[in-house]
Amino acid sequence: MSEKKTIPAPLANEGLPPEERGLFCDAAPREYEPARGAWERFLNWARSESLWLLGFGTGCGAIELRPLMTSRFDMYRYGIQPRPTPRQSSVFVIGGYASVKTLKRIVRSYEQMMGPKFVLALGSCTINGGMYWDSYNTIKRIDQYIPVDVYIAGCMPRPEALLAGFQELKRIIKSGGGEGQNEYARNFDWYKANQKKVIKDWNMPDYNW
Amino acid sequence: MNELAKELAGRYGARGWHDIRKDLASVEVDAIRIRDVMAYLRDEAGYGHLSFMTAIDNIERGAFTLSYALRDHDARRGLIVHADVDRAEPTVDSIHLLWGQAWTYQREMREWFGIDFPGSPRVDEEFVLEGWEGPPMMRRDFDSLAYSDATYAERPGRVTHDPASHMREKLYPEAAQ
Amino acid sequence: MRREKQRVIPPAERATPDLDSGKYLVMWQGPQHPGITGNMSLRLVAEGDTVVDCETHVGYLHRGFEKLMERRLYMQNFPLVCRIAVPEPDFNEYCYAAALEELAGIVIPEKAVWLRTLSLEMMRLASFLMWIGGQAGAFGHGTIAQWSVTMRDYVLDLFEELTGGRIYHMYIIPGGVRGDVPAGFYKRVLETMAVVEKNLDDIELVMFHNAVFKMRAEGLGYIPRDWVDHYGITGPNARAAGVARDLRKDSGYLAYPRLDFQPIVGTESDAYERARLRLGEMYQAIDLIRQIVDMAPKDGPFRERLPNPLYWRIPAGETYVSAECTRGEYGFYVVSDGSDKPRRVAVRGPSYTHAVSVMERLVRGVNIADVAGLMVSLHTYPPEIER
Repeated sequence: MSEKKTIPAPLANEGLPPEERGLFCDAAPREYEPARGAWERFLNWARSESLWLLGFGTGCGAIELRPLMTSRFDMYRYGIQPRPTPRQSSVFVIGGYASVKTLKRIVRSYEQMMGPKFVLALGSCTINGGMYWDSYNTIKRIDQYIPVDVYIAGCMPRPEALLAGFQELKRIIKSGGGEGQNEYARNFDWYKANQKKVIKDWNMPDYNW
Repeated sequence: MNELAKELAGRYGARGWHDIRKDLASVEVDAIRIRDVMAYLRDEAGYGHLSFMTAIDNIERGAFTLSYALRDHDARRGLIVHADVDRAEPTVDSIHLLWGQAWTYQREMREWFGIDFPGSPRVDEEFVLEGWEGPPMMRRDFDSLAYSDATYAERPGRVTHDPASHMREKLYPEAAQ
Repeated sequence: MRREKQRVIPPAERATPDLDSGKYLVMWQGPQHPGITGNMSLRLVAEGDTVVDCETHVGYLHRGFEKLMERRLYMQNFPLVCRIAVPEPDFNEYCYAAALEELAGIVIPEKAVWLRTLSLEMMRLASFLMWIGGQAGAFGHGTIAQWSVTMRDYVLDLFEELTGGRIYHMYIIPGGVRGDVPAGFYKRVLETMAVVEKNLDDIELVMFHNAVFKMRAEGLGYIPRDWVDHYGITGPNARAAGVARDLRKDSGYLAYPRLDFQPIVGTESDAYERARLRLGEMYQAIDLIRQIVDMAPKDGPFRERLPNPLYWRIPAGETYVSAECTRGEYGFYVVSDGSDKPRRVAVRGPSYTHAVSVMERLVRGVNIADVAGLMVSLHTYPPEIER
């Protein structure tokens, strides 16, 4: 993974006023280098068993998170719990369609999350636009803007489907997958170009670390 | 009921009173008198509740038709007041002093249709959109699909059928051929 | 002892605070914030820990429904309308269906009238159960949500049996309802209602007699009676201020004129009173559901034949149909130009006024920690603001 290390140029942060540019990071994200052998497998096990998700209901899928959090479906059984801030969370649940205004906050929240981080995208609208395929304000596929680990189809996905999605995510992490964060670092320029194409008034730092 | 129609016609030149159903009617006035009509309806005629206001783009005759829906809760009836404004230069008097929520609707119409309401608070701020560069999107000549295709990347593999022809082919394959 | 009521600030007194003075702190509550209903945000200006000014920012959930509906056939719009308000889609379906029926001159069969009423009342109960969990949670009382959201799930199970969908039902279609009642359904409805009612008794004991909840909610967010007309406040927020307005009684749509109920009216008009009133409406919904099960016709057609939906043209005209949803007056304004697609569909959501104009006024002078509780006590839901 580290055979070809290119040092990316510092980010320009052109969306910010000049006096604020110094306040934000200007380095692009770097790939995570896994530890060796059994230690990394232990780490992956630990990561998969404590998935803390970001409490950001970005769309209508958030309504099925409420039954999931409470006693009937009870996701705490699986070590999953909501956290209020991106700094403490490792899973971002995109709850359905993302309008452009929300996408800006999604990108910002995703970049603020500590690695390793994973994205779970709910609903048909994150996959191909769903029933908002001709809407002028919703994006059609979320994986153009942030990397996605697991999709859960449906409109809306039932709590059982969400639990199955979380189990699938656990399996992926345990088997050493869940490379979304590295993919984002590797294709950073491509993701940024896509984001800036849609978000017309880019007034935040290029990498919200 | 028709006393109100006569009263409105006499005072403000209202026309076209139409009973949609037994507790809902519509009437048309000139846009320049909209604030007077609204004040009269609120204070004198008992229509104290503004349900909503919106606009309809009548592109064929080059006008936006504003609709103000009022309700008289005591008499249990509603009234929709229409007013046409020129589509090329849409400017209407603001009614934000009459009702406390009207400014939000006016802000919405400013953004969605491009209708200006001078004096309405925060009317030029963005309401639901952010960084929008296209024309006001609720106008009939704005094509949502074309904009979406041009702006957002699509996942390949999605097939769209015209419902009518698709069902015809599915149900009556011999007739379609 | 109730806390002293908040001072009412007349509109002209809204002074824009001087942000450069260093006296104020500007902070955003939302969209990524646990103390916000749905996906919206408040820009708060605080002095110490008291909010002095607030701006509501909406639009994070804007999907352009009203534009999309102009592009689709009348029947194709059906899956769209229920998605405008996620916690209670049935009110959207009813208003849209009733508007189309009125324009097209369709009369629905008697059984459909009762099934629609049943569906709306069950939705009301489910939505309030979701809400009460949020209201308690906003004041740091997590247990209630564990109970009430599970109770809501039992109601959703009934919906699943009746309509096949948990959240989005698409049950009330023009001309009637989409399906008949399954065998033994009414019995299970009554069983679930007994369970929910018992749980509501527990919730009342634990939540409404809790000193913390009482202290924080009493006196919070006082809505004076004369704001009701000025701001177009409807629903429980208006009834808690002593204005007995209930479209179920006033308009008398569906089977409501034949049901025995009275609008619940409060006096104090603060967050506690509104919560209490909504609890009362939950009991009322259970009572109405029992009456409906008792009185609904057991056989007969459940929908009227419609013309081919692909070629369904509706005569030119306009209408506005409103219904009393859990938050207030919900309405659909449909304009038809005689073609197979609507000319204009406008949605009137009660949150439009509650979450923007009223919220911006009420929040001044409130402690930052109480903003979330105040927001929930107005029972706002952002998608119906921005559609």
